[in-house]
Amino acid sequence: MKGLWQLTWLEIKIFAREPLGLFGTVGVPVLVFLVLGRFLRATANPASPEEAFLQDGLPVLAAIMMTTSAVVSLVTIIAIYREGGILKRLRATPLHPVTILTAHVLVKLLFTALTLGLLLAVGRRYYAPDTAMEFAAFAGALLFSTAGVLSLGFLIASMVPTARFAQPLAAVIFYPMIALSGLFFPSAVLPPSAREVVRVLPMTYVVSLLQGVWRGEALSSHLWDMAIIVLFGATFTALASRFFRWE
Amino acid sequence: MTQPVIRVSGIRKTYGPVVAVDDVSFEVRRGEIFGLVGPNGAGKTTTMECLEGLRSPERGAISVLGLDPFRAGTALKVRIGVQLQEAQLQKRLKVGEALRFWASIYPKTVDPEALLEQLGLREKRNAWFMTLSGGQKQRLFIALALINDPEVVFLDELTTGLDPQARRAIWELVRGIRERGKTVVLTTHLMEEAERLCDRVAILEHGRVIDVDTPRGLVARHCPERVVEVTTADPSARERFLTLPGVEAVDSDGSSLSIRGANANLVADVIQCISRHGIVVTDFHSTVPSLEDVFLRLTGHSMRD
Repeated sequence: MKGLWQLTWLEIKIFAREPLGLFGTVGVPVLVFLVLGRFLRATANPASPEEAFLQDGLPVLAAIMMTTSAVVSLVTIIAIYREGGILKRLRATPLHPVTILTAHVLVKLLFTALTLGLLLAVGRRYYAPDTAMEFAAFAGALLFSTAGVLSLGFLIASMVPTARFAQPLAAVIFYPMIALSGLFFPSAVLPPSAREVVRVLPMTYVVSLLQGVWRGEALSSHLWDMAIIVLFGATFTALASRFFRWE
Repeated sequence: MTQPVIRVSGIRKTYGPVVAVDDVSFEVRRGEIFGLVGPNGAGKTTTMECLEGLRSPERGAISVLGLDPFRAGTALKVRIGVQLQEAQLQKRLKVGEALRFWASIYPKTVDPEALLEQLGLREKRNAWFMTLSGGQKQRLFIALALINDPEVVFLDELTTGLDPQARRAIWELVRGIRERGKTVVLTTHLMEEAERLCDRVAILEHGRVIDVDTPRGLVARHCPERVVEVTTADPSARERFLTLPGVEAVDSDGSSLSIRGANANLVADVIQCISRHGIVVTDFHSTVPSLEDVFLRLTGHSMRD
Protein backbone atom coordinates (compact mmCIF):
# COMPACT_ATOMS: atom_id res chain seq x y z
CA MET A 1 0.00 0.00 0.00
CA LYS A 2 3.00 2.28 -0.52
CA GLY A 3 1.86 5.68 -1.73
CA LEU A 4 -1.69 5.35 -0.38
CA TRP A 5 -1.55 8.34 1.95
CA GLN A 6 0.26 10.49 -0.56
CA LEU A 7 -2.26 9.67 -3.27
CA THR A 8 -5.22 10.13 -0.91
CA TRP A 9 -3.93 13.54 0.16
CA LEU A 10 -3.36 14.50 -3.46
CA GLU A 11 -6.89 13.48 -4.45
CA ILE A 12 -8.34 15.39 -1.48
CA LYS A 13 -6.62 18.55 -2.64
CA ILE A 14 -7.68 18.02 -6.24
CA PHE A 15 -11.30 17.42 -5.22
CA ALA A 16 -11.32 20.49 -3.01
CA ARG A 17 -10.15 22.59 -5.99
CA GLU A 18 -13.36 21.93 -7.93
CA PRO A 19 -15.91 24.35 -6.47
CA LEU A 20 -18.97 22.76 -8.05
CA GLY A 21 -18.10 19.23 -6.99
CA LEU A 22 -17.31 20.39 -3.48
CA PHE A 23 -20.61 22.26 -3.24
CA GLY A 24 -22.56 19.25 -4.55
CA THR A 25 -20.90 16.92 -2.08
CA VAL A 26 -20.75 19.02 1.06
CA GLY A 27 -23.13 21.89 0.45
CA VAL A 28 -26.23 20.24 -0.99
CA PRO A 29 -27.00 17.75 1.83
CA VAL A 30 -26.44 20.45 4.45
CA LEU A 31 -28.62 22.96 2.57
CA VAL A 32 -31.41 20.42 2.03
CA PHE A 33 -31.32 19.65 5.72
CA LEU A 34 -31.48 23.31 6.73
CA VAL A 35 -34.14 24.37 4.21
CA LEU A 36 -36.44 21.39 4.70
CA GLY A 37 -35.92 21.57 8.45
CA ARG A 38 -37.05 25.17 8.45
CA PHE A 39 -40.18 24.48 6.37
CA LEU A 40 -41.18 21.48 8.42
CA ARG A 41 -40.58 23.24 11.69
CA ALA A 42 -42.76 26.17 10.58
CA THR A 43 -45.74 23.98 9.73
CA ALA A 44 -45.43 21.11 12.13
CA ASN A 45 -47.27 20.45 15.30
CA PRO A 46 -45.88 17.77 17.58
CA ALA A 47 -48.31 15.04 16.46
CA SER A 48 -48.15 15.67 12.70
CA PRO A 49 -46.45 13.38 10.19
CA GLU A 50 -44.18 16.31 9.28
CA GLU A 51 -42.84 16.32 12.80
CA ALA A 52 -42.18 12.58 12.60
CA PHE A 53 -40.29 13.10 9.34
CA LEU A 54 -38.39 15.98 10.90
CA GLN A 55 -37.35 13.74 13.76
CA ASP A 56 -36.42 10.55 11.89
CA GLY A 57 -36.67 11.00 8.17
CA LEU A 58 -34.86 14.23 7.41
CA PRO A 59 -31.50 13.37 9.01
CA VAL A 60 -31.54 9.99 7.29
CA LEU A 61 -32.50 11.61 3.98
CA ALA A 62 -29.51 13.95 4.30
CA ALA A 63 -27.28 11.00 5.16
CA ILE A 64 -28.52 9.04 2.13
CA MET A 65 -27.84 12.06 -0.04
CA MET A 66 -24.27 12.08 1.22
CA THR A 67 -23.83 8.41 0.44
CA THR A 68 -25.38 8.81 -3.01
CA SER A 69 -23.34 11.84 -3.92
CA ALA A 70 -20.21 9.97 -2.81
CA VAL A 71 -21.08 7.11 -5.16
CA VAL A 72 -22.08 9.30 -8.11
CA SER A 73 -18.92 11.35 -7.68
CA LEU A 74 -16.80 8.20 -7.46
CA VAL A 75 -18.33 6.78 -10.65
CA THR A 76 -17.79 10.07 -12.47
CA ILE A 77 -14.20 10.45 -11.32
CA ILE A 78 -13.29 6.86 -12.23
CA ALA A 79 -14.92 7.27 -15.63
CA ILE A 80 -13.09 10.54 -16.30
CA TYR A 81 -9.79 9.11 -15.08
CA ARG A 82 -10.22 6.09 -17.29
CA GLU A 83 -11.20 8.12 -20.35
CA GLY A 84 -8.27 10.50 -19.86
CA GLY A 85 -5.78 7.66 -19.44
CA ILE A 86 -5.02 8.76 -15.87
CA LEU A 87 -5.75 5.29 -14.47
CA LYS A 88 -3.54 3.73 -17.10
CA ARG A 89 -0.73 6.17 -16.34
CA LEU A 90 -0.95 5.41 -12.61
CA ARG A 91 -0.89 1.72 -13.38
CA ALA A 92 2.42 2.13 -15.18
CA THR A 93 3.94 3.20 -11.84
CA PRO A 94 4.88 0.87 -8.97
CA LEU A 95 1.58 1.76 -7.25
CA HIS A 96 -0.55 -1.28 -6.54
CA PRO A 97 -3.85 -1.14 -8.47
CA VAL A 98 -5.78 -1.58 -5.20
CA THR A 99 -3.95 1.42 -3.74
CA ILE A 100 -5.11 3.62 -6.62
CA LEU A 101 -8.78 2.75 -6.02
CA THR A 102 -8.59 2.68 -2.23
CA ALA A 103 -7.37 6.28 -2.23
CA HIS A 104 -10.65 7.31 -3.88
CA VAL A 105 -12.70 5.42 -1.28
CA LEU A 106 -10.82 7.18 1.51
CA VAL A 107 -11.41 10.59 -0.10
CA LYS A 108 -15.14 9.90 -0.37
CA LEU A 109 -15.35 8.69 3.24
CA LEU A 110 -13.48 11.73 4.45
CA PHE A 111 -15.81 14.15 2.68
CA THR A 112 -18.84 12.19 3.92
CA ALA A 113 -17.59 12.52 7.50
CA LEU A 114 -16.88 16.20 6.95
CA THR A 115 -20.37 16.81 5.56
CA LEU A 116 -21.99 14.96 8.43
CA GLY A 117 -19.99 16.95 10.96
CA LEU A 118 -21.01 20.20 9.29
CA LEU A 119 -24.65 19.14 9.11
CA LEU A 120 -24.82 18.20 12.78
CA ALA A 121 -23.10 21.41 13.76
CA VAL A 122 -25.13 23.93 11.75
CA GLY A 123 -28.43 22.01 11.73
CA ARG A 124 -28.66 21.55 15.48
CA ARG A 125 -31.99 23.39 15.66
CA TYR A 126 -33.73 20.91 13.39
CA TYR A 127 -33.26 17.78 15.37
CA ALA A 128 -34.42 17.22 18.90
CA PRO A 129 -31.71 18.32 21.34
CA ASP A 130 -32.45 15.28 23.45
CA THR A 131 -31.90 12.97 20.48
CA ALA A 132 -30.97 9.71 22.07
CA MET A 133 -28.52 8.65 19.39
CA GLU A 134 -24.82 8.86 19.76
CA PHE A 135 -23.13 10.96 17.12
CA ALA A 136 -20.25 8.53 16.96
CA ALA A 137 -22.53 5.57 16.33
CA PHE A 138 -24.42 7.44 13.60
CA ALA A 139 -21.21 8.61 11.97
CA GLY A 140 -19.87 5.06 12.15
CA ALA A 141 -23.07 3.66 10.62
CA LEU A 142 -22.98 6.25 7.83
CA LEU A 143 -19.34 5.65 6.94
CA PHE A 144 -19.86 1.91 7.11
CA SER A 145 -22.86 2.17 4.76
CA THR A 146 -21.05 4.53 2.40
CA ALA A 147 -18.07 2.18 2.16
CA GLY A 148 -20.46 -0.69 1.38
CA VAL A 149 -22.33 1.25 -1.28
CA LEU A 150 -19.13 2.62 -2.86
CA SER A 151 -18.37 -0.94 -3.95
CA LEU A 152 -21.49 -0.68 -6.13
CA GLY A 153 -19.94 2.52 -7.47
CA PHE A 154 -16.92 0.57 -8.69
CA LEU A 155 -19.21 -1.95 -10.34
CA ILE A 156 -21.15 0.84 -12.10
CA ALA A 157 -17.82 2.45 -13.04
CA SER A 158 -16.80 -0.82 -14.70
CA MET A 159 -19.93 -0.69 -16.83
CA VAL A 160 -20.11 2.92 -18.00
CA PRO A 161 -18.75 3.24 -21.53
CA THR A 162 -17.71 6.91 -21.23
CA ALA A 163 -17.62 9.61 -18.58
CA ARG A 164 -20.73 11.21 -20.07
CA PHE A 165 -22.83 8.23 -19.02
CA ALA A 166 -21.44 8.03 -15.50
CA GLN A 167 -23.76 10.45 -13.79
CA PRO A 168 -27.02 9.43 -15.54
CA LEU A 169 -26.36 5.73 -15.05
CA ALA A 170 -25.54 6.17 -11.37
CA ALA A 171 -28.70 8.25 -10.96
CA VAL A 172 -30.89 5.68 -12.73
CA ILE A 173 -29.59 2.98 -10.41
CA PHE A 174 -29.67 4.98 -7.20
CA TYR A 175 -32.79 7.13 -7.25
CA PRO A 176 -35.33 4.29 -7.54
CA MET A 177 -33.38 2.41 -4.91
CA ILE A 178 -33.71 5.36 -2.53
CA ALA A 179 -37.38 5.90 -3.37
CA LEU A 180 -38.14 2.28 -2.47
CA SER A 181 -35.81 2.12 0.52
CA GLY A 182 -38.53 2.67 3.13
CA LEU A 183 -37.39 6.20 3.80
CA PHE A 184 -40.51 7.85 2.36
CA PHE A 185 -43.11 5.14 2.88
CA PRO A 186 -43.03 1.74 4.53
CA SER A 187 -42.51 -1.13 2.11
CA ALA A 188 -45.65 -2.74 3.56
CA VAL A 189 -47.77 -0.51 1.31
CA LEU A 190 -46.20 -2.06 -1.79
CA PRO A 191 -47.61 -5.08 -3.63
CA PRO A 192 -45.89 -8.35 -2.60
CA SER A 193 -43.82 -8.64 -5.81
CA ALA A 194 -42.41 -5.13 -5.32
CA ARG A 195 -41.64 -5.97 -1.71
CA GLU A 196 -39.44 -8.81 -2.94
CA VAL A 197 -37.51 -6.33 -5.09
CA VAL A 198 -37.07 -3.99 -2.15
CA ARG A 199 -35.57 -6.85 -0.16
CA VAL A 200 -32.66 -7.23 -2.59
CA LEU A 201 -31.78 -3.53 -2.76
CA PRO A 202 -28.84 -2.54 -0.56
CA MET A 203 -30.28 0.91 0.16
CA THR A 204 -33.17 -0.69 2.10
CA TYR A 205 -30.72 -1.97 4.69
CA VAL A 206 -28.74 1.24 4.76
CA VAL A 207 -31.92 3.20 5.54
CA SER A 208 -32.99 0.70 8.18
CA LEU A 209 -29.58 0.92 9.85
CA LEU A 210 -29.35 4.72 9.77
CA GLN A 211 -32.95 5.25 10.87
CA GLY A 212 -32.54 2.86 13.77
CA VAL A 213 -29.30 4.41 14.97
CA TRP A 214 -30.77 7.92 14.68
CA ARG A 215 -33.68 6.83 16.85
CA GLY A 216 -31.20 5.78 19.48
CA GLU A 217 -31.15 2.03 18.88
CA ALA A 218 -27.86 0.30 19.58
CA LEU A 219 -25.69 -0.76 16.64
CA SER A 220 -25.84 -4.28 18.03
CA SER A 221 -29.60 -4.42 17.34
CA HIS A 222 -28.85 -3.83 13.62
CA LEU A 223 -26.30 -6.58 13.09
CA TRP A 224 -28.56 -8.09 10.43
CA ASP A 225 -28.61 -4.87 8.40
CA MET A 226 -24.87 -4.57 8.77
CA ALA A 227 -24.26 -8.18 7.78
CA ILE A 228 -26.31 -7.67 4.62
CA ILE A 229 -24.46 -4.47 3.75
CA VAL A 230 -21.16 -6.36 4.17
CA LEU A 231 -22.50 -9.13 1.94
CA PHE A 232 -23.53 -6.63 -0.74
CA GLY A 233 -20.17 -4.88 -0.41
CA ALA A 234 -18.24 -8.13 -0.79
CA THR A 235 -20.33 -9.21 -3.79
CA PHE A 236 -20.01 -5.86 -5.58
CA THR A 237 -16.29 -5.73 -4.86
CA ALA A 238 -15.80 -9.23 -6.22
CA LEU A 239 -17.80 -8.41 -9.36
CA ALA A 240 -16.06 -5.06 -9.82
CA SER A 241 -12.61 -6.61 -9.47
CA ARG A 242 -13.59 -9.04 -12.20
CA PHE A 243 -15.07 -6.52 -14.61
CA PHE A 244 -13.13 -3.39 -13.76
CA ARG A 245 -11.49 -1.79 -16.80
CA TRP A 246 -8.45 0.42 -16.47
CA GLU A 247 -8.71 1.86 -19.98
CA MET B 1 28.34 -5.17 -30.01
CA THR B 2 26.81 -4.28 -26.66
CA GLN B 3 24.38 -6.59 -24.97
CA PRO B 4 20.72 -5.87 -25.92
CA VAL B 5 18.62 -4.40 -23.09
CA ILE B 6 15.41 -5.40 -24.80
CA ARG B 7 14.79 -8.58 -26.70
CA VAL B 8 11.46 -9.18 -28.40
CA SER B 9 10.89 -12.46 -30.16
CA GLY B 10 7.83 -13.40 -32.13
CA ILE B 11 5.17 -11.60 -30.09
CA ARG B 12 1.56 -11.61 -31.16
CA LYS B 13 -1.37 -9.70 -29.70
CA THR B 14 -4.99 -9.67 -30.85
CA TYR B 15 -8.05 -7.70 -29.81
CA GLY B 16 -10.98 -9.91 -30.69
CA PRO B 17 -10.74 -10.53 -34.43
CA VAL B 18 -8.15 -7.76 -34.94
CA VAL B 19 -4.51 -8.81 -35.01
CA ALA B 20 -2.68 -5.78 -33.63
CA VAL B 21 0.78 -7.29 -33.47
CA ASP B 22 1.81 -10.33 -35.44
CA ASP B 23 5.15 -12.07 -34.99
CA VAL B 24 7.17 -8.98 -34.05
CA SER B 25 10.84 -9.43 -33.20
CA PHE B 26 13.66 -6.94 -32.61
CA GLU B 27 16.41 -6.04 -30.19
CA VAL B 28 17.29 -2.73 -28.57
CA ARG B 29 20.88 -1.99 -27.59
CA ARG B 30 22.00 -0.15 -24.50
CA GLY B 31 22.28 3.61 -24.90
CA GLU B 32 20.55 3.94 -28.26
CA ILE B 33 17.38 5.71 -29.32
CA PHE B 34 15.31 3.03 -30.95
CA GLY B 35 12.22 3.96 -32.93
CA LEU B 36 9.12 1.98 -33.76
CA VAL B 37 7.79 3.75 -36.82
CA GLY B 38 4.79 3.20 -39.00
CA PRO B 39 1.34 4.56 -39.74
CA ASN B 40 -1.45 4.69 -37.16
CA GLY B 41 -2.75 1.22 -36.45
CA ALA B 42 0.53 -0.47 -37.37
CA GLY B 43 0.88 -1.96 -33.89
CA LYS B 44 3.45 0.45 -32.44
CA THR B 45 1.59 1.31 -29.26
CA THR B 46 0.52 -2.27 -28.59
CA THR B 47 4.12 -3.41 -28.97
CA MET B 48 5.24 -0.62 -26.65
CA GLU B 49 2.62 -1.46 -24.03
CA CYS B 50 3.76 -5.07 -24.07
CA LEU B 51 7.31 -3.85 -23.37
CA GLU B 52 6.01 -1.68 -20.51
CA GLY B 53 4.21 -4.63 -18.92
CA LEU B 54 0.76 -3.10 -19.42
CA ARG B 55 -0.27 -5.88 -21.80
CA SER B 56 0.64 -9.49 -22.11
CA PRO B 57 1.33 -10.88 -25.59
CA GLU B 58 -0.46 -14.10 -26.48
CA ARG B 59 2.62 -15.59 -28.07
CA GLY B 60 6.33 -14.94 -28.10
CA ALA B 61 8.68 -13.66 -25.45
CA ILE B 62 9.88 -10.27 -24.24
CA SER B 63 12.85 -9.52 -22.08
CA VAL B 64 13.41 -5.99 -20.78
CA LEU B 65 16.53 -5.62 -18.62
CA GLY B 66 16.45 -9.40 -18.32
CA LEU B 67 12.86 -9.46 -16.97
CA ASP B 68 9.50 -10.48 -18.38
CA PRO B 69 7.64 -7.14 -18.25
CA PHE B 70 4.14 -8.47 -17.60
CA ARG B 71 5.23 -10.81 -14.81
CA ALA B 72 8.00 -8.77 -13.23
CA GLY B 73 5.60 -6.08 -11.99
CA THR B 74 7.20 -3.60 -9.63
CA ALA B 75 10.68 -5.08 -10.02
CA LEU B 76 10.72 -3.75 -13.58
CA LYS B 77 8.46 -0.71 -13.16
CA VAL B 78 10.99 0.95 -10.84
CA ARG B 79 13.72 0.57 -13.49
CA ILE B 80 11.83 1.95 -16.50
CA GLY B 81 10.30 5.31 -17.33
CA VAL B 82 7.05 5.50 -19.24
CA GLN B 83 5.26 8.18 -21.23
CA LEU B 84 1.94 6.99 -22.62
CA GLN B 85 0.22 8.13 -25.79
CA GLU B 86 -2.38 10.86 -25.25
CA ALA B 87 -2.13 10.53 -21.49
CA GLN B 88 -3.70 13.03 -19.14
CA LEU B 89 -3.31 13.79 -15.47
CA GLN B 90 -5.86 15.09 -13.01
CA LYS B 91 -6.96 18.47 -14.37
CA ARG B 92 -6.34 20.33 -11.12
CA LEU B 93 -3.12 18.59 -10.19
CA LYS B 94 -0.19 20.97 -9.89
CA VAL B 95 3.02 20.30 -11.79
CA GLY B 96 5.12 20.32 -8.61
CA GLU B 97 2.67 18.04 -6.80
CA ALA B 98 2.73 15.54 -9.63
CA LEU B 99 6.50 15.36 -9.55
CA ARG B 100 6.75 15.12 -5.77
CA PHE B 101 4.08 12.42 -5.69
CA TRP B 102 5.82 10.43 -8.40
CA ALA B 103 9.06 10.83 -6.45
CA SER B 104 7.37 9.46 -3.32
CA ILE B 105 6.37 6.15 -4.91
CA TYR B 106 9.76 5.13 -6.30
CA PRO B 107 12.58 3.77 -4.15
CA LYS B 108 15.28 5.72 -6.00
CA THR B 109 14.67 9.13 -7.54
CA VAL B 110 16.41 12.17 -8.92
CA ASP B 111 15.75 15.60 -7.41
CA PRO B 112 12.29 16.74 -8.62
CA GLU B 113 13.30 20.40 -8.46
CA ALA B 114 16.35 19.81 -10.63
CA LEU B 115 14.22 17.92 -13.12
CA LEU B 116 11.70 20.78 -13.31
CA GLU B 117 14.57 23.13 -13.96
CA GLN B 118 16.06 20.98 -16.72
CA LEU B 119 12.73 20.61 -18.49
CA GLY B 120 11.94 24.30 -18.28
CA LEU B 121 8.95 23.83 -16.01
CA ARG B 122 10.20 25.65 -12.93
CA GLU B 123 7.94 28.65 -13.32
CA LYS B 124 5.02 26.27 -13.96
CA ARG B 125 5.43 24.28 -10.75
CA ASN B 126 2.25 25.73 -9.23
CA ALA B 127 0.19 25.58 -12.42
CA TRP B 128 -2.69 23.12 -12.76
CA PHE B 129 -2.22 20.40 -15.35
CA MET B 130 -5.25 21.65 -17.32
CA THR B 131 -3.63 25.06 -17.84
CA LEU B 132 -0.47 23.71 -19.50
CA SER B 133 0.15 23.91 -23.24
CA GLY B 134 0.62 20.72 -25.24
CA GLY B 135 4.39 21.08 -25.17
CA GLN B 136 4.43 21.74 -21.42
CA LYS B 137 2.28 18.68 -20.78
CA GLN B 138 4.66 16.53 -22.79
CA ARG B 139 7.64 17.98 -20.92
CA LEU B 140 5.91 17.14 -17.64
CA PHE B 141 5.33 13.58 -18.85
CA ILE B 142 9.00 13.34 -19.78
CA ALA B 143 9.86 14.58 -16.29
CA LEU B 144 7.61 11.92 -14.75
CA ALA B 145 9.22 9.29 -16.97
CA LEU B 146 12.67 10.35 -15.72
CA ILE B 147 11.89 10.87 -12.01
CA ASN B 148 13.05 7.37 -11.01
CA ASP B 149 16.34 7.65 -12.91
CA PRO B 150 15.27 4.78 -15.18
CA GLU B 151 17.56 2.64 -17.29
CA VAL B 152 15.12 2.44 -20.19
CA VAL B 153 12.65 5.17 -21.17
CA PHE B 154 9.58 4.50 -23.31
CA LEU B 155 8.06 7.43 -25.20
CA ASP B 156 4.86 6.86 -27.14
CA GLU B 157 3.97 9.42 -29.84
CA LEU B 158 5.74 12.08 -27.84
CA THR B 159 5.39 14.96 -30.27
CA THR B 160 2.00 14.24 -31.79
CA GLY B 161 -0.09 17.39 -31.87
CA LEU B 162 2.82 19.72 -31.12
CA ASP B 163 3.87 22.60 -33.34
CA PRO B 164 7.24 22.28 -35.12
CA GLN B 165 9.04 24.50 -32.63
CA ALA B 166 7.86 22.56 -29.57
CA ARG B 167 8.67 19.37 -31.45
CA ARG B 168 12.28 20.41 -31.98
CA ALA B 169 12.61 21.35 -28.31
CA ILE B 170 11.34 17.88 -27.33
CA TRP B 171 13.82 16.23 -29.71
CA GLU B 172 16.64 18.04 -27.92
CA LEU B 173 15.34 16.71 -24.59
CA VAL B 174 15.25 13.16 -25.92
CA ARG B 175 18.82 13.45 -27.16
CA GLY B 176 19.68 14.68 -23.67
CA ILE B 177 18.18 11.49 -22.21
CA ARG B 178 20.48 9.42 -24.41
CA GLU B 179 23.43 11.58 -23.36
CA ARG B 180 22.78 10.47 -19.78
CA GLY B 181 23.43 6.91 -20.88
CA LYS B 182 19.81 5.80 -20.93
CA THR B 183 18.19 3.67 -23.57
CA VAL B 184 15.19 5.24 -25.29
CA VAL B 185 12.45 3.40 -27.13
CA LEU B 186 9.99 5.65 -28.91
CA THR B 187 7.13 5.32 -31.34
CA THR B 188 6.32 7.83 -34.02
CA HIS B 189 4.31 8.05 -37.19
CA LEU B 190 6.49 10.95 -38.32
CA MET B 191 9.24 9.68 -40.58
CA GLU B 192 11.12 12.94 -40.21
CA GLU B 193 11.18 12.50 -36.44
CA ALA B 194 12.48 8.94 -36.75
CA GLU B 195 15.13 10.01 -39.23
CA ARG B 196 16.44 12.88 -37.10
CA LEU B 197 16.18 11.34 -33.68
CA CYS B 198 16.62 7.58 -33.86
CA ASP B 199 19.85 5.63 -34.00
CA ARG B 200 17.93 2.65 -35.33
CA VAL B 201 14.34 2.14 -36.38
CA ALA B 202 11.98 -0.77 -36.88
CA ILE B 203 9.41 -0.10 -39.57
CA LEU B 204 6.06 -1.59 -38.68
CA GLU B 205 3.05 -2.17 -40.82
CA HIS B 206 -0.09 -4.22 -40.20
CA GLY B 207 1.40 -5.54 -36.98
CA ARG B 208 4.61 -6.78 -38.57
CA VAL B 209 8.19 -5.55 -38.61
CA ILE B 210 9.18 -4.96 -42.21
CA ASP B 211 12.81 -4.06 -41.58
CA VAL B 212 15.17 -2.86 -38.83
CA ASP B 213 18.29 -0.75 -39.30
CA THR B 214 19.74 2.73 -38.97
CA PRO B 215 17.78 5.30 -41.01
CA ARG B 216 20.81 5.66 -43.30
CA GLY B 217 21.13 1.91 -43.67
CA LEU B 218 17.47 1.55 -44.58
CA VAL B 219 17.73 4.27 -47.21
CA ALA B 220 20.91 2.77 -48.69
CA ARG B 221 19.34 -0.68 -48.80
CA HIS B 222 15.90 0.13 -50.14
CA CYS B 223 16.28 3.46 -51.92
CA PRO B 224 19.84 3.62 -53.26
CA GLU B 225 18.85 5.86 -56.19
CA ARG B 226 19.38 9.61 -56.25
CA VAL B 227 17.38 12.12 -58.23
CA VAL B 228 18.82 15.31 -59.70
CA GLU B 229 16.52 17.79 -61.37
CA VAL B 230 18.04 20.21 -63.85
CA THR B 231 16.27 22.94 -65.80
CA THR B 232 17.95 23.76 -69.08
CA ALA B 233 17.05 24.82 -72.62
CA ASP B 234 20.03 22.91 -74.06
CA PRO B 235 18.60 20.18 -76.38
CA SER B 236 21.73 18.03 -76.08
CA ALA B 237 21.62 17.87 -72.27
CA ARG B 238 19.36 14.85 -72.01
CA GLU B 239 21.63 12.65 -74.18
CA ARG B 240 24.71 13.75 -72.23
CA PHE B 241 23.17 12.95 -68.84
CA LEU B 242 22.10 9.51 -70.08
CA THR B 243 25.75 8.56 -70.63
CA LEU B 244 26.71 9.22 -66.99
CA PRO B 245 27.55 6.13 -64.89
CA GLY B 246 24.62 4.54 -63.05
CA VAL B 247 21.98 6.74 -64.66
CA GLU B 248 18.83 4.71 -65.25
CA ALA B 249 16.53 7.29 -66.75
CA VAL B 250 16.24 10.93 -67.63
CA ASP B 251 12.64 12.05 -67.72
CA SER B 252 11.88 15.37 -69.30
CA ASP B 253 9.02 17.62 -68.54
CA GLY B 254 9.41 20.60 -70.86
CA SER B 255 12.77 22.14 -70.05
CA SER B 256 13.02 20.30 -66.71
CA LEU B 257 15.02 17.08 -66.67
CA SER B 258 14.80 14.54 -63.90
CA ILE B 259 17.92 12.34 -63.74
CA ARG B 260 17.60 9.12 -61.73
CA GLY B 261 20.28 6.59 -60.93
CA ALA B 262 21.62 4.27 -58.23
CA ASN B 263 24.92 6.11 -58.08
CA ALA B 264 26.02 7.62 -54.78
CA ASN B 265 28.08 10.22 -56.70
CA LEU B 266 25.28 11.16 -59.05
CA VAL B 267 25.16 14.79 -57.94
CA ALA B 268 28.90 15.32 -58.45
CA ASP B 269 28.81 13.54 -61.80
CA VAL B 270 25.94 15.70 -63.05
CA ILE B 271 27.67 18.91 -61.97
CA GLN B 272 30.89 17.82 -63.70
CA CYS B 273 28.98 16.99 -66.86
CA ILE B 274 27.27 20.40 -66.83
CA SER B 275 30.52 22.31 -66.51
CA ARG B 276 32.45 20.12 -68.98
CA HIS B 277 29.88 20.65 -71.74
CA GLY B 278 28.99 24.22 -70.85
CA ILE B 279 25.31 23.40 -70.42
CA VAL B 280 23.39 26.51 -69.41
CA VAL B 281 21.35 25.60 -66.35
CA THR B 282 18.63 27.83 -64.90
CA ASP B 283 17.71 25.62 -61.95
CA PHE B 284 19.28 22.72 -60.08
CA HIS B 285 17.80 20.54 -57.44
CA SER B 286 18.84 17.25 -55.87
CA THR B 287 16.75 14.91 -53.74
CA VAL B 288 18.07 12.39 -51.26
CA PRO B 289 15.59 9.63 -50.46
CA SER B 290 14.19 9.63 -46.94
CA LEU B 291 12.61 7.06 -44.65
CA GLU B 292 9.32 8.20 -46.16
CA ASP B 293 10.55 6.89 -49.53
CA VAL B 294 11.76 3.69 -47.87
CA PHE B 295 8.28 3.16 -46.45
CA LEU B 296 6.72 3.82 -49.83
CA ARG B 297 9.11 1.39 -51.48
CA LEU B 298 8.50 -1.32 -48.88
CA THR B 299 4.73 -1.07 -48.62
CA GLY B 300 3.68 0.34 -51.96
CA HIS B 301 1.79 3.20 -50.34
CA SER B 302 2.67 6.39 -48.51
CA MET B 303 2.49 6.84 -44.74
CA ARG B 304 -0.48 9.15 -45.01
CA ASP B 305 -2.71 6.78 -46.98
